[in-house]
Amino acid sequence: MSERLEVLKTYKLYVGGKFPRSESGRVYAVTDSKGRTLANAPRGSRKDARDAVVAARKAFPGWSGATAYNRGQILYRIAEMLEGRREQFATEVAEAEGISRTKALASVDAAVDRWVWYAGWTDKLAQVAGGANPVAGPFANWSTPEPTGVVAVIASQRSSLLGLTSAVAPVIATGNTAVVLAAGASALPALSFAEVLAVSDLPGGVINILTGHPAEIAPTLASHQDVNAIDLTGVAPDAGVASARDLEIAAADNLKRVLRPEAKEPDWSADPGTGRMLAFTEIRTVWHPTGH
Amino acid sequence: MGNPFEYAPAPESRAIVDIAPAYGLFIDGKFTDAADGGRLKTVDPATEEVLAEIAVGGEADVDRAVKAARRAFKSWSALPGAERAKYLFRIARLIQEHGRELAVLESIDNGKPIRESRDVDIPLVAAHFFHYAGWADKLAHAGFGRDPKPIGVAGQVIPWNFPLLMLAWKVAPALAGGNTVVLKPAETTPLTALRFAEICVEAGLPDGVLNIVTGAGETGRALIAHPDVDKVAFTGSTAVGKEIARTIAGTRKRVTLELGGKAANIVYDDAAIDSAVDGIVEGIFFNGGQVCCAGSRLLVQESVAEELLASLTRRIKTLRVGDPLDKNTDVGAINSAAQLSRIRELVAAGEAEGAERWSLAGELPGKGFWFPPTVFTGVTQAHRIARDEIFGPVLTVQTFRTPAEAVEKANNSAYGLSAGVWTEKGAKALWTAQRLRAGVVWTNTFNKFDPASPFGGFKESGFGREGGRHGLEAYLDV
Repeated sequence: MSERLEVLKTYKLYVGGKFPRSESGRVYAVTDSKGRTLANAPRGSRKDARDAVVAARKAFPGWSGATAYNRGQILYRIAEMLEGRREQFATEVAEAEGISRTKALASVDAAVDRWVWYAGWTDKLAQVAGGANPVAGPFANWSTPEPTGVVAVIASQRSSLLGLTSAVAPVIATGNTAVVLAAGASALPALSFAEVLAVSDLPGGVINILTGHPAEIAPTLASHQDVNAIDLTGVAPDAGVASARDLEIAAADNLKRVLRPEAKEPDWSADPGTGRMLAFTEIRTVWHPTGH
Repeated sequence: MGNPFEYAPAPESRAIVDIAPAYGLFIDGKFTDAADGGRLKTVDPATEEVLAEIAVGGEADVDRAVKAARRAFKSWSALPGAERAKYLFRIARLIQEHGRELAVLESIDNGKPIRESRDVDIPLVAAHFFHYAGWADKLAHAGFGRDPKPIGVAGQVIPWNFPLLMLAWKVAPALAGGNTVVLKPAETTPLTALRFAEICVEAGLPDGVLNIVTGAGETGRALIAHPDVDKVAFTGSTAVGKEIARTIAGTRKRVTLELGGKAANIVYDDAAIDSAVDGIVEGIFFNGGQVCCAGSRLLVQESVAEELLASLTRRIKTLRVGDPLDKNTDVGAINSAAQLSRIRELVAAGEAEGAERWSLAGELPGKGFWFPPTVFTGVTQAHRIARDEIFGPVLTVQTFRTPAEAVEKANNSAYGLSAGVWTEKGAKALWTAQRLRAGVVWTNTFNKFDPASPFGGFKESGFGREGGRHGLEAYLDV
C-alpha cells in the first residue's frame, strides 16, 4: 500500500471574519517543546494589529447591541462546534504544549465546558452585578454592567486552547470585541480555533486572532488609542515580551482598563468566577424622575 | 366588490405532528399505564375532534412517580452543576429543533393561533430552558448563599393556557437547582408535555428526574398532598391556589403560587393613542384573553376616552377569529366547553348588571368553542365583570380623571398580578408604576415575557416569582 502524502495546512491570521496572511508577508517557524518545527505561522506586524483593532471596533456596535440571549446562543454554538473537533484539537494541543494526549483531551473538554459556562453568563451578569438603587428622592435609579469596548488580549503562551478560551470568552460574553495575540505554544491551536469561530455564527471582527512576536505586537496594542482595555495574562516574566510594567505604562495613555498578569501561569482548570467579565465592563447608572 | 383586504386561508400543515391514539404516564423514564386503567380524552377545541386518550393517574401512580423522583434526586442533586447545565442546554436545543412540531401540536390541543404558538410560546420555552441551563452551574452567584442546595422533589401542577410554556417555567428552574420533578399537565392540554417527555429521553436525561402524571383535579390533589413532595408549584386559579395553601398547611412543604389576575391597563391623555390601542388589543386578545396577566380592565382618562374607544373598535374589527392553524388568525378557540360556559356566564352577568356590551360581529365556526372579542362600557367597580377574572376575550372599560384616581381604581382588586401604563411622559409612567400593587408593570407595552425577567403576583395573585435570578429562589433551600 503506497503512503499517501499528507496535505498540510497553511496557517493564517483571523481578522474581521476573514483569514488573511500577514500584510508583512512574513512567517515564522513554530516549534514544539523539543524544538521540532510544527508549522509556519504568520508573523503579524504592527499594521496587522492596527487592522485587527479596526475590525474589532467595526464589530462592536452590532455585538454589544445584540441581545444577551443572542450572544449566549452564539457562545453555546462555539462550544458545539468545538466539541465536534475535540480529536483534532487534542492532537494539536498535545503537540503544541508538549503534553500527553490524555491531558490534552481533558484540556480541550475543559475549554468546551468553559464556552458553555460563559454562554450562560451573557443574560445573567446584569442581575448579579447590576441592580436597582434606592436613592433618597423621587427617582428611579438603576445600574447595569456595560461592555468596555475593544479589548486586547495577550493570551497565555502556554495553555493554548483552554488559556485562550478562558481569556477571550469572558471578554466577548458581555459584548466587548477582542483582538487576541496568541504566541508561543498557543499560536497554532489559536489559529485552528479561528476555524471554529468562523462557523459559529459569530459576527466577523468580534474575535480577531494574531500570531507573531509579542515584543513587536504587544506594545502596539497597549498603546493603541482605540483599544479600551488590555488583558496582559500572557505576559509572563519569562515570555520574552516587553515587561508587563512597560505595557501598563503605555496603556495609561488612554486609561485602558488593565488586567495584570498573575505571578505565575494561572490554574486554568479552576472555577473562573466572574472576575474576568467584570474587569471589562463599565457600570452605567440611569436616573429617571418619577412624578406627574 | 368584496373586501379587498380579505385573506385567503393559509393553514399550517398538521403533517408535522404525529399524535398517538393513547398515551401513558411518564414515570421513571418510561411510559406506563395508570394502575387502575383510568383514561380521559383530549379534544381539539376548534373542532371538538378527539385527539387522543390520556391516562388518568391515581394515588398509586402519583406515589410511583414521587418515589422515582426521590430515587433520582440523590444522583441528580449530586451532579456537578455544569453537567446538569449541559442536559438542560440539550433540552433547549431539542426544543428549538422540534419547534415547529411543538407549535402545531400546541395549537391543535389548546386552540391558540399558530402565530402565537410559533412566535411566542415555543421560542420562549426554548429560551427559558437555555436561560436556566446557564444558572445550573452559577447558583453560588445568585445571591442565595455560597452553596445553595436544592429542596428535593417538586410537585408541579400547570394550567392549560400556555401548556408547554408553563411546563418550562416550572421544570427548567427546578432541574437547574438540582431538584427532581413530578409534573401534572392540565387535563385538556397534555400533549406537548408528553412530547416533552420524549424530548427528555432523547436528551439522555436520567430516569426519574422528570416524571409526568396526566389526569384532572384529583390527580393534582394527590400530587400536592403526597407526603414526600418537598416543594409545590402551581399555576392556575386563585380558588385552587387557596385550596392548595390549606392542603399543605402544617407541613414543611414549600410553595409558590401563580394565580389569577384582573390587570388594569391605564391610558393617560398624553399617551400615543395608536400605540395604546395596539397594546390594549395585545393585552386582552392575546391567547383569546385566556391569560392570567391579561389587561382585562381598561382604565382610560376621561378626556381621551371617546377618541380611544372609537379607534379601539375600529382596530378590533380587523381581528380574525377562527382556525387556530391559519397563519392569519388573531384569535383562536376557547380551550374547553367548561371555559366557554364560564365566559358566557360572566358576560351575561355583565349585561344583567347594566353594562353595555359590544361584540365583534361575524360568523363563528359551527363546531368547537368560540367567543367573539367583546368590550363592555358603562362598567362600574361593583360589576362582577370588573372584579372577577373572566379569562376570555372580554374587556371592561372604565374612565378616570386624575393619576391618583387611576391608581386607586387599578389597585381596587383582590388581584395584583400585572398592570399596564400608557403615557409619553416617563416620569408619570414610573410614578404610576411605583404605586401599582402588581408584580409586573408594563409601560407603553403589554404582555411581554422574557426568561430573564421575573413574573408573579401581589395579593391574591399568588406569591413566588418565575424567571431570572429571582425565579431560582423558589427551587433552592434558602
